[in-house]
Amino acid sequence: MLDGFSAEILARVQFAFTVSFHIIFPAFSIGLASYLAVLNGLWLWKRDETYLTLFDYWKKIFAVAFGMGVVSGIVMSYQFGTNWSVFSDKAGPVVGPLMAYEVLSAFFLEAGFLGIMLFGRERVGEKLHMFATAMVAFGTLLSATWILSVNSWMQTPAGYSINAVGQFVPEDWWAIVFNPSFAYRLVHMVLAAFLTTALVVGAVGAIHLLRDKTDKEARRMFSMAMWMAAVVTPIQIFAGDLHGLNTLKHQPAKVMAMEGHFESHPDGAPLILFGIVDARNKEIDYALEIPNMSSLILKHHWNAPLDGLDTVPDNEEPPVAIVFYSFRIMVALGFAMLGLGIWSLYARWRGSLFNSPWLHRTAVLMGPTGFVAVLAGWITTEVGRQPYTVYGLLRTGDSLAPVDAPAVATSLIAFIVVYFFIFGAGTVYLLRMMNKRPATPKLGLREGPIRTAGVTPAPQQDPDVIPGEEGA
Amino acid sequence: MPFDLAFIWAGLIAFAVLTYVILDGFDLGLGILFPFAKSDHDRDLMMNSVAPVWDGNETWLVLGGGGLFAVFPLAYAVVMPALYMPIMLMLLALVFRGVSFEYRWRTDKKGLWDMTFFGGSLVAAFTQGIALGALVQGIEVTDRAYSGGWFDWLTPFSILTGVAVVVGYALLGACWLIYKTEGEIQVQARRYAWWLGAVTLALIGFVSILTPLQDPVYFERWFNLPGSLWSMLVPLMMLGLAWAFFAGLNDQKDLQPFLSALGFFVVSFIGLGISFYPMIVPPSLTIREAAAPDSSLAFALVGAVILIPLILAYTVYAYWVFRGKMDPSEGYH
Repeated sequence: MLDGFSAEILARVQFAFTVSFHIIFPAFSIGLASYLAVLNGLWLWKRDETYLTLFDYWKKIFAVAFGMGVVSGIVMSYQFGTNWSVFSDKAGPVVGPLMAYEVLSAFFLEAGFLGIMLFGRERVGEKLHMFATAMVAFGTLLSATWILSVNSWMQTPAGYSINAVGQFVPEDWWAIVFNPSFAYRLVHMVLAAFLTTALVVGAVGAIHLLRDKTDKEARRMFSMAMWMAAVVTPIQIFAGDLHGLNTLKHQPAKVMAMEGHFESHPDGAPLILFGIVDARNKEIDYALEIPNMSSLILKHHWNAPLDGLDTVPDNEEPPVAIVFYSFRIMVALGFAMLGLGIWSLYARWRGSLFNSPWLHRTAVLMGPTGFVAVLAGWITTEVGRQPYTVYGLLRTGDSLAPVDAPAVATSLIAFIVVYFFIFGAGTVYLLRMMNKRPATPKLGLREGPIRTAGVTPAPQQDPDVIPGEEGA
Repeated sequence: MPFDLAFIWAGLIAFAVLTYVILDGFDLGLGILFPFAKSDHDRDLMMNSVAPVWDGNETWLVLGGGGLFAVFPLAYAVVMPALYMPIMLMLLALVFRGVSFEYRWRTDKKGLWDMTFFGGSLVAAFTQGIALGALVQGIEVTDRAYSGGWFDWLTPFSILTGVAVVVGYALLGACWLIYKTEGEIQVQARRYAWWLGAVTLALIGFVSILTPLQDPVYFERWFNLPGSLWSMLVPLMMLGLAWAFFAGLNDQKDLQPFLSALGFFVVSFIGLGISFYPMIVPPSLTIREAAAPDSSLAFALVGAVILIPLILAYTVYAYWVFRGKMDPSEGYH
């Protein structure tokens, strides 16, 4: 089925596939964990039942998303060894401890306190429960910090030397952790996670508002989510711009691919809004461009010269088309989010935030765009790092494990089949939960482990089951 | 060397793996016992008894893998390709059983997720046992990389260890049920535990006899004086635990069978340690050779020393919060 592909390309596809599936869940749970902490805090502070109802509603959704994140994350921690063992051997002394810190300080915090957050309000009291909820949120952020440090080091390696057997060995941990692109990437990703969650929460609020605009919980969550969209999107666009400038400094070839600049522009480069990449002839067809704009954005000067991919040897070039398109998808969605935020501010000012069906419909439509933007952004930065795993130092082709193509192909197919089945079912269940009103007494079809660790005998006729809606 | 970072880390990784086996063994075991439950209600009860703790348990496996990558990158780089297929199967199996915990409650097709829970648990346990057996048999290394074939891991010995781990985990699951439940399900668990305990002990004995024959070095470590005086403590401890196990079952004790069964695993693990030391990947890679530079080991150790006690403390706390018998009539809410 996958004959004719090299083990390298199959292993790359496998990593891309498993990590893309994985990132969806953390991107959601990082934001959702913080949202839960805020909701619980507001409930303790204001004693307004809607906050508690919302907390209980989203915590169940969080549990399912988190479970999927855990299992897809376990796969990641072994993928480095199975398919990329040479990379693991060589870069392990530097990135290994960072990943151990991720597992230790964060994964454990999340998984350990999660049980208390989900099950323990009555058992441990409200204060400890609040503490556990905050620790879960803190854990997700810490987790992001370490893993982004690893990724950033692979993009902009620093603080290492190379020993006799060719391993990267640590010289300065401070320089390794706080490598040149780390802060930019961390801010950009955490904001992205917050936005992604806000868009999902906003979409769920909007669905319920479209059905009943007096729904208290739906109003509250929609309002909170739209504040996030309005406030965070401009910050995110600004952070993304800074991240881009940082990339220009350290990985110029990636920016050339993002911009679609095959040629150098000594008198100022145009900003290509869209076009079709013709990789063979090294040009962008049907380019819609704004003259000199790229120089203005990247160099802050109208006529600043910008080098193109003609200055980069062919065997050092990232795949231009993927980077070019995925970057545009991310940016376009970012501006769509900005539009939604501004629209919501206008509606709020007019006093019609809960009374604007078209705003609500748009918010529903925008619900999944955070995930798409996150994936597009990661594809941009990771494919843009090619042909290296450790940028400029260790080529992807030299990182591969001594595995044969058929073994990688078989496991790749297994991952694809299993992931679509598992995460497809998970998505159905998540959507089904989100489709219920927050005030619905039971979100699942029956009492599950999330509500009670004891068991009430399953009722014969469950009030939550709408006939014809059963079955995955 | 009184303070050798590589050996401290080898101890920590061994500890993480053992903790994983102790903590996740019984919840995998419950999955293996799933089809033998009398009713849907019993299955609900079984799953609920581990629901608050299972993902914390499974993170120890991530720590084992992540820790190995961090401090013994060469061992990680050699073992993972050598055990490619069992590891991949184990990961996929863990995916299946992990999501079953959540999905089972969200659909009418409960049976489907019962099956994935059982199948996932079974395959995960079996492949862990196979990986163990393959490691004991030794992994071929040339020039810092695995140099064996695709199916080197598949031997009668590794299948035996695979079966042993499945039966052993099922035993832990049954003992956990004795501890957590009352009434008919507990009576049933006791009956299962007796048979599973007997078979587990027989398999441990069988593997123990075969292990020294896998590699003459193992034989030497076990049967050469004066070291063998110490290593003979291992079977003695096992005998003591076996007695405690069956006595606990006969006297209708709730916790004693579980603790004794965990003891089987701890003692077997010590036995393995005696065989392996000072190798990390037998027969050719020592702990020292596979270790990352001291600076990596020291950096990671700071976090481990601070966080592992904390993690252990709240793991104990979490079990304390959810202690006692499952009450079928009252939930935690």
